[in-house]
Amino acid sequence: MNSRSLTFNVFRHNPRDAASQPRVVQYQLEETPGMTLFIALTRIRETLDPGLNFDFVCRAGICGSCAMVINGRPGLACRTLTAELPADIRLFPLPGFELIADLSVNTGKWMRGMSERLQAWLHPRETADIDALEARMEPDLAEAIYELDRCIECGCCVAGCGTAQMRPDFVGAVGMNKIARFRLDPRDARSDAEFFDLVGDDSGIFGCMSLLGCHDVCPKALPLQTQIAYLRRGMARQGWSAKPAS
Amino acid sequence: MKISITDVLVVGGGLAGLRTAIGAKRRGLETLILSLVPAKRSHSVAAQGGMQASLANGVKGEGDNEDVHFEDTVRGSDWGCDQRVARMFAHMAPKAVRELAAWGVAWNRVQRGEREVVINGQRVTLTEKAAAHGLITARDFGGTRKWRTCHTSDGTGHAMLYTVSDQAIAEAIPVRERIEALALIHDGERCHGVVTRDLISGELSACLARATVLATGGYGRIWGISTNALINEGMGAALALETGVARLGNMEAVQFHPTAIVPAGILVTEGCRGDGGLLLDRDGHRFMPDYEPEKKELASRDVVSRRMAEHMRAGKGVQSAYGEHLWLDITNLGAAHIDRNLREVKDICRYFLGIDPAKDPIPVRPTQHYSMGGVRTDHRGESPWLSGLFSCGEAACWDMHGFNRLGGNSVAETVVAGMLVGEYVADYCQSRVGQADLSQALARQFVERERAALAAIVAHPGGENPIALRADMERVMTDKVGLFRNGPDLQSAVAELSELLARSRRVGIRGKHLDANPELVLAYRLPRMLKVALTVALGALNRVESRGAHFREDFPARNDRDWLNRTLACWREGDELPTLDYEALDVMHMELPPGFRGYGVKNIIEHPHSALRQAEVDEFRAGHLDRYKLQLALMSFKQLLPVRYRGRNARLDETLP
Repeated sequence: MNSRSLTFNVFRHNPRDAASQPRVVQYQLEETPGMTLFIALTRIRETLDPGLNFDFVCRAGICGSCAMVINGRPGLACRTLTAELPADIRLFPLPGFELIADLSVNTGKWMRGMSERLQAWLHPRETADIDALEARMEPDLAEAIYELDRCIECGCCVAGCGTAQMRPDFVGAVGMNKIARFRLDPRDARSDAEFFDLVGDDSGIFGCMSLLGCHDVCPKALPLQTQIAYLRRGMARQGWSAKPAS
Repeated sequence: MKISITDVLVVGGGLAGLRTAIGAKRRGLETLILSLVPAKRSHSVAAQGGMQASLANGVKGEGDNEDVHFEDTVRGSDWGCDQRVARMFAHMAPKAVRELAAWGVAWNRVQRGEREVVINGQRVTLTEKAAAHGLITARDFGGTRKWRTCHTSDGTGHAMLYTVSDQAIAEAIPVRERIEALALIHDGERCHGVVTRDLISGELSACLARATVLATGGYGRIWGISTNALINEGMGAALALETGVARLGNMEAVQFHPTAIVPAGILVTEGCRGDGGLLLDRDGHRFMPDYEPEKKELASRDVVSRRMAEHMRAGKGVQSAYGEHLWLDITNLGAAHIDRNLREVKDICRYFLGIDPAKDPIPVRPTQHYSMGGVRTDHRGESPWLSGLFSCGEAACWDMHGFNRLGGNSVAETVVAGMLVGEYVADYCQSRVGQADLSQALARQFVERERAALAAIVAHPGGENPIALRADMERVMTDKVGLFRNGPDLQSAVAELSELLARSRRVGIRGKHLDANPELVLAYRLPRMLKVALTVALGALNRVESRGAHFREDFPARNDRDWLNRTLACWREGDELPTLDYEALDVMHMELPPGFRGYGVKNIIEHPHSALRQAEVDEFRAGHLDRYKLQLALMSFKQLLPVRYRGRNARLDETLP
């Protein structure tokens, strides 16, 4: 099979440089077997443009650093094979995050802010005695918690979300999934009412328009659709049973 | 110029750094973390198969305890480790797993009753005790006598890193992301903090701290192909080296993991073999039992990697467009097992190889994986040569791994070392020496030095291409400082790397701006990487024996008589090579005197004290003391631990007194 010549149309911009204009720069590469976007972008940097900014860390699809918009769809660049793309490839930074430069965006800052707002950590019931036997947990429950714990905070769900594009304070599916994860965990002391306080407004569950782009683009195939639905249903139940405020 | 001041400065937002910071913060100290990347993107996230801790909950863990874990670790290290540190570690690992359980890690749990597993290629039914139901379960890993590796499927590092990172957020510990430490600020005796560079804006600042902790991970990326994340470029080791006073330990001790996929070099977990996966050659033959009848696929990693290379040298490798490889076959485990317990492996195979590991064998070969060497510290994690400089995790040579690390012991080390070093750092900060004044003048001087160095790179017209020099460095390390080593190759590696170092000082870059600029980053990291590479190569050249992962074809014996020691390296200002010296390991104080590991080739030049010490140990053992008293008699270590961590660990059959 003859190798293809690939054209990469890459977004370039340095927001700290007053002279920089957002633009698309073309790079040509010969496709090689097994080529991923990690390999291709590294090759562009090594042979064509040493100043091109992008973020790869694990290059194995587990750290969530390299999410970008690949031919119109948010995804992890490191594990995207060029063979699965047409010869004309368009790469843009994830929308919804602060641009650092070119394909690099500040997902870390966004995620930390979301975690702080949602208090997205386990709130233990008591201080454990770490010399003693650990508290028991049903094996199936541990697996169910891990299922939701697999989020890699890559930002694809935020980039794929209509609400997040309109509301900068929207916590996204990543945020709601975290609430679902801690709510499922019996080690967390918080009540349903407390969880719903964190996401029960337009920046949370009521901001979701159920377009569910998040679910479609999640690289870890997290069950975001069901988790958002469960939260909404649980919240409605909570609302119906709660005493009216006096 | 901005100068910030804190009590504790942690460089690195992986598990070791985060856990250290949490410990220090809980002791009331102002604590700040610097990280090249968002903390949750750190390389800790890549730990897959699990974390060793002797909980002894499962039926295949029965009889396990700290003693067994300690002995496995020492044998794994090929007697190169500090046995007191290995003891501290084995004692702490159960506490660390239990702490993480309390903080939210969804460890896989024991299910009472029968379950089918694969052992030595055969399906076997195990019956788990009802009493253990719901406690933390464990899988088998290499070089261990018990099933001791606790896990969450094969995403253990991810689950641990997210939990600990979330706790750091809960403790309101600031993590300054995309900040690089360029130099340690020091006066030759005490560390005052670091010079920082903002990788987005390019701004240079200083951060002064009573205690500075390097938790920067390993140096795998000086090799061309490595399982390591791209950020593991040995910058922590380089920071210490460039002080001219702090020393690195055992830098030649570098692990090659048996099963990285070909060609991407991405790791697939040892859990594949722990759960019953087999290594096959070009004929589909399971070859490991031919070499290692006892442990087979589950000997220590250094041994399995060498056996694989040996087998490929015998012409049994599979030829491919990307060079030779062997097969890792987990099809015998079944799709259901893979879907539950090896899901990251399944994803990696699907996305990077286009195969289904439940149906197809995985192409693998030994690949650079772990740095046993690092910033040499005492048992408290502090550099003996530079007060106030601490290090922990893979960045450090603490030294619990010696010349080979067991699978599941590194991610365990990160949290254990973090728990301990967090306390020792706090003790230091509250001590008289830790209260000494920090010098702003010194900080300015160091920042200006770095500013001038960056300006010189930008100002340099044309010059050497840093990308090409880096590729040369990677090639030299891969070809000449790999799994099998010999004198002539190492000699030429040192010469070539020296030349590259000289050339790296003349690099020129095309993009002249000082903010987010990957070309500039490579230009200033390259000489630092080359110094680390030279320290590895020179250490390997001078160590004329084979121990653990350091294998010299021209000196195949483990030479306890002359080389039962730890390499120390410092790089004096103005020198072209590091200065090496050696720290002896004292056989007469070892709990486990040097002997045969039980796997690998038995080829040992004995130390004259080994038999003497063995006789002493045998005498103690014949005294029928209970295991705690016996351990105390052989090698006391608990006095080295913070008081809060001295308690015994409860097990189903060992209740607390």
